[in-house]
Amino acid sequence: MSTIALYNDQGGAEAAVEAGRRTPPVPAELPLDSSALTLKNLKEMLESNKESLKLEAMKRVVGLISKGKNASELFPAVVKNVASKNIELKKLVYVYLVRYAEEQQDLALLSISTFQRALKDPNQFIRGSALRVLSSIRVPIIVPIMMLAIKEAAADLSPYVRKTSAHAIQKLYSLDPDQKEQLIEVIEKLLKDKSTLVAGSVVMSFEEVCPDRIDLIHKNYRKLCNLLVDVEEWGQVVIISMLTRYARTQFTSPWKEGATFDENHDKAFYDSDSEEKKDQTEAKPYIMDPDHRLLLRNTKPLLQSRNTAVVMCVAQLYWHLAPTQEVNIVTKSLVRLLRSHREVQYIVLQNIATMSIQRKLEILTNLANEANISTILREFQTYVKSQDKAFAAATIQAIGRCATNITDVTDTCLSGLVLLLSNRDETVVAESVVVIKKLLQTQPTQHSEIIKHMAKLFDNITVSMARASILWLMGEYCDRVPKIAPDVLRKMAKTFTAEEDIVKLQTVNLAAKLYLTNSKQTKLLTQYILNLGKYDQSYDIRDRTRFIRQLIVPNEKSGALNKYARRILLAPKPAPVLESSFKDRDRFQLGTLSHSLNTKAAGYQELSDWPAVAPDQSVRNVEVIEPSGSESEEESSEESEKTSSDSGKSSSGSEKSSSESESEPKKKKKTKKAPQKKSKPPAAFSDSDENGNGPVAQASSSSAESSSGSETDSEDSDPPATPQKKKKDVKSKPKAEVKSKVEVSLLDLVDFSPAPTNAPKSSVFSSSLLSDLEGLSLSNISSTIQVTTPSFGPVKTYELLHHMTGKGLSAKYHFPRQPCLYEPSMVAVQVILTNSSDHSLEEIHIGERSPAGLNIHCFNTIERLEPEASVTVSMGIDFSDSTQAANFQLCTKEDQFSVSIQPAVGELLMPSSMTEQDYSKEQGKLLGMNETSATITMATANTSRLAISKQVLSVCNVGEVPSSQNSVHRFAGRTVSSGALVLVCLELKESSTALLTINTEKSVMASMLLRDLKQPLVQA
Amino acid sequence: MIHSLFLINSSGDIFLEKHWKSVVSRSVCDYFFEAQERATEPENVPPVIPTPHHYLISVLRHRIYFVAVIQSEVPPLFVIEFLHRVVDTFQDYFGVCTEAAIKDNVVVVYELLEEMLDNGFPLATESNILKELIKPPTILRTMVNTITGSTNVGEQLPTGQLSVVPWRRTGVKYTNNEAYFDVVEEIDAIIDKSGSTITAEIQGVIDACVKLTGMPDLTLSFMNPRLLDDVSFHPCVRFKRWEAERILSFIPPMETSGCSRTTSAPRIAPILSQNVNNTYDWSLFVVLVSSSLVAIPVYVKHNISFREGSSQGRFDLTLGPKQTMGKSVEAVLVSSQLPRGVLTANLNPSQGTYTFDPVTKMLTWDVGKINPQKLPSLKGTMRLKVNRLDMYGEKYNLSKASNT
Repeated sequence: MSTIALYNDQGGAEAAVEAGRRTPPVPAELPLDSSALTLKNLKEMLESNKESLKLEAMKRVVGLISKGKNASELFPAVVKNVASKNIELKKLVYVYLVRYAEEQQDLALLSISTFQRALKDPNQFIRGSALRVLSSIRVPIIVPIMMLAIKEAAADLSPYVRKTSAHAIQKLYSLDPDQKEQLIEVIEKLLKDKSTLVAGSVVMSFEEVCPDRIDLIHKNYRKLCNLLVDVEEWGQVVIISMLTRYARTQFTSPWKEGATFDENHDKAFYDSDSEEKKDQTEAKPYIMDPDHRLLLRNTKPLLQSRNTAVVMCVAQLYWHLAPTQEVNIVTKSLVRLLRSHREVQYIVLQNIATMSIQRKLEILTNLANEANISTILREFQTYVKSQDKAFAAATIQAIGRCATNITDVTDTCLSGLVLLLSNRDETVVAESVVVIKKLLQTQPTQHSEIIKHMAKLFDNITVSMARASILWLMGEYCDRVPKIAPDVLRKMAKTFTAEEDIVKLQTVNLAAKLYLTNSKQTKLLTQYILNLGKYDQSYDIRDRTRFIRQLIVPNEKSGALNKYARRILLAPKPAPVLESSFKDRDRFQLGTLSHSLNTKAAGYQELSDWPAVAPDQSVRNVEVIEPSGSESEEESSEESEKTSSDSGKSSSGSEKSSSESESEPKKKKKTKKAPQKKSKPPAAFSDSDENGNGPVAQASSSSAESSSGSETDSEDSDPPATPQKKKKDVKSKPKAEVKSKVEVSLLDLVDFSPAPTNAPKSSVFSSSLLSDLEGLSLSNISSTIQVTTPSFGPVKTYELLHHMTGKGLSAKYHFPRQPCLYEPSMVAVQVILTNSSDHSLEEIHIGERSPAGLNIHCFNTIERLEPEASVTVSMGIDFSDSTQAANFQLCTKEDQFSVSIQPAVGELLMPSSMTEQDYSKEQGKLLGMNETSATITMATANTSRLAISKQVLSVCNVGEVPSSQNSVHRFAGRTVSSGALVLVCLELKESSTALLTINTEKSVMASMLLRDLKQPLVQA
Repeated sequence: MIHSLFLINSSGDIFLEKHWKSVVSRSVCDYFFEAQERATEPENVPPVIPTPHHYLISVLRHRIYFVAVIQSEVPPLFVIEFLHRVVDTFQDYFGVCTEAAIKDNVVVVYELLEEMLDNGFPLATESNILKELIKPPTILRTMVNTITGSTNVGEQLPTGQLSVVPWRRTGVKYTNNEAYFDVVEEIDAIIDKSGSTITAEIQGVIDACVKLTGMPDLTLSFMNPRLLDDVSFHPCVRFKRWEAERILSFIPPMETSGCSRTTSAPRIAPILSQNVNNTYDWSLFVVLVSSSLVAIPVYVKHNISFREGSSQGRFDLTLGPKQTMGKSVEAVLVSSQLPRGVLTANLNPSQGTYTFDPVTKMLTWDVGKINPQKLPSLKGTMRLKVNRLDMYGEKYNLSKASNT
């Protein structure tokens, strides 16, 4: 029945659209009539007993609201339904209530008790939405109720409800500003909250209610910085802008002269007594506050956010807070934003404009700097040749702008422009002259050649503006071209009458200037020109002539003035300045509404200047993690478990992950030293216990399920592997049977990457589109977070078995440098088996191995390998961090071949990611015995960062550590078996020598690694 | 933050309004209409318009203006980005974002807007969460709802809302576990007359559609990540891991659910874009076409001539592949904006088809696959408009010149 009604409704809507289109001036007329009719009907529907009818009626009411029609008459009928069981109906009633409660306050009170009841509901979602609606009803009488509800909700166990209460604070504040003090208390409490969900909203309320209470932030500053990456994007924007303001009041300016933070900040970060130092001497070079650095470091990754508002916000933070040298990192991101929607471009360009003007074109130099100016000029050259004259002229002006902005290229531009002077096209020449004039004005010293050249061209140029410019140049620099200038004046005297006004004026000027500097040669000429000017048609010229005559020709009356004539006419002229409409916008914080409007918007918070002396830093120290906070956290997770129990198994997973997330920031601090040892969710443990040992511990229950589901698939795609065979093979090992189970679940993960399927030799290098995605591998959340797989760097292939000795079976292996799937302490090895004989080989498997304790994870027996076919299999070998060869037998049905894999020392490592700070910290622990170093002479080809990292990565599987110094290259890795840290550091010295240092507990490894690394670096 | 939202169609009617705080009168839009009138084209309406008491921030998408009313200081990009997100959500829900679609689904729109903003501050914008709260309307679901009496509105707090991975819910199951990735690259280049590249810029996006059961954690690594100059990501990509190792590591978002709408494009999962600013960074393209010196895979030779004093012009366009290293160039489409003076074009393509739109003067030639042995060409004549007024003007000028 209601289907029909629904369709009717849609039809009605369409009819309304139709009507609206036909009679655009009075769109309201037709529907009004019908709505007046329906209002009555709607009321009846709302009061009926049928749920579906009510819902239908509410839908129509919402339709009316959306069109801006008044539906307030229905208020009593609607409010009755507020306690409805139907959630959709309830929601629509909420929508209605929020819209009309302000108008019908008395009636709205009827609904309050329902909300109060809902606030106690066990379902957190119901509690949250009840608070949302309750606080949205703008009825002053219920302020005390709201206040109570907010306070209660702020202590709620569910972060969602707490978030809602943070929103409600703003609403209550706008309804009744007198509650400010009480609300600040709630804000203070919520600021301590550790949930990322709450952070954004509570900072928003803070900004709205008490933006001046900076003291509330102190204790939470570091927490906010650390949480920032995980907060939802909208919250990030708000928090970043708040922190910008905060930082401007709390830290000293990093823009001072001689700021040497680049070298110092690492140390400062770890020097516990850096604070003391600062207090002792004011004159000491600037050292950035570690908290200041923390903020900059934590916001930087957000530049890669997809949300343009976040990127802009980080950009403005860097602009207002970062040392000058670091601001440039935002440029690329801002340029990227220009790819976005039109509206985004508009705002971003405004901001870029301000940035570029204020601080000497750092942004624009990104577009036009020394490196790429040649590219740009080349582009311009093409434009200049364009048919479109106006376009060419505009281009020349652009060149001029480039030249003035970037002093280094001025000469290049100038010579380019001079070349253009010989262009056939007149407009181009004229435009060039004008631009050259501007350029020369900025740096007149060494360009007399150009002026001479221009004087020669003078005869051919007919565009008046250009002629005038040349004349002006002549006059201005007449002392540099003493011979030519009078000659030009002579020519001008001849053609004076035929010239345009602007040229005449400049001629008069030139004459006057020459008269003063070189009166011998030009006295007569000047007088002649002045006489011509005296009887000119234009009164401007007559005026000028008279004025000049009085000024320079001495007579009795104007004695005083002509003493100064020289100074007046030949005063050094200031170079033209680039004026821009964006000039005065810099008074507003970038990215704000006020900035884009260039007027102060309501609620704009001034960005304060840097304090001269930093306020006490210790206020931000947090002594202990308050027990109450963490307690509530735990309770909340319990609580959500409780509520979600009815929704079944599915939500328990999320509960787990949420609790994990909340505990993560805490752990980050504690477990920084050992990022490898991540704690796993308890559920995963229980699963792994059932399944067996080792590797499974990392597989969560869900993946185990999924993989068992796709078990059959994986077997189909891997024909040689049948479950029975597998068991037979691995029986020799006591634990192996358990493992084989695991194997199945992991095998299909391996299958996912194309590498192990029978690809010929080096499929890794095929640079097709697919190869980009080749590294795609599947793993579970907790498994390989820290282990890295840099697939770049060349992969060397080694021979395992030659086909001559192997009776047709040949084998090659390489180290794929991926974390081994079977056991973390194993090194992954990929073996490519090829059958080069004329008959098929059967049952290829691994037999005996030595040394006896060698732990090898074998590949599954290959049932059959056809002639000329090859197959890639992966195995894992635990080398126990030694380069001792792993010997084993490669068996076919008939034969056994002894083979050995001897790993290069670099392959026993896996990359480890760490920050520069962590690196230096770890390095500090591995000094003395654990340090091995050598001075090497680098091949010249190897001095660039790219080349060095390429060479190092080709030798050993380590991760590059981002370094702030150009001459120091750091790499970090861990040994696969024992997880011992291996730090490689290459410090470039002058004249291509370099200091190569390796810090690790494994001193044998260190010396071997040193030897291996030396070789490629020294070689050309 | 955002006070109200008005949706205005191209003919200037306000067809939807929504308020999050007290009601703001429609008349505030008059300022917008004023600005609209001043702007010559619909795209030129300034995104930020100040009025005495409010500020209007607008976004134009699908020929609908989304006008947000704000009252106090807020980063304009914040609002703009949010409005775009609203449009994306509508598109996601209704397949298209047109006036008709919004009017038909006004209740869903209202429910959505209610969830997306609370008191003007974004609450839930992640498609995954919204879809759990409010199910997208499909014919099938409408039928089911009318029979069973169930609703489109979820009763539980979406699991994503509380988790660190709001873009994915737990317990997702697919019958076929599969993942698709598309690498889309756009090249913007300026090429001079002789065909050499002056500047070029590449922008790439990786679109993903991942249908994998459970909570898979994927990593995506590149052959040569150093080529990527600047990137931005979907929130699911771990920033830190990218910074340290140049690997995209992520738990993929839900792909667009809803079996009835197979036509809609898969959701873009990790968005990755790179800007390459100068010529030698072309090598990125190289990864795709396998050589280290390749520029653009296609070249165009053109020759357009007008005979003096006639209304005919010759047009000649030849295409050819350029250093493709054995890969064939497919699905080539050439479009060219001809000058206004061209009345008609009578051309003869050696392969493919061409169209010429006499109104927009846009010439489009669908070439298809380029065969290096037989280069495709497009030859023929164009008829030009002779501007009579200009002719008179010239004559007049000439006679004047002879007088003086």
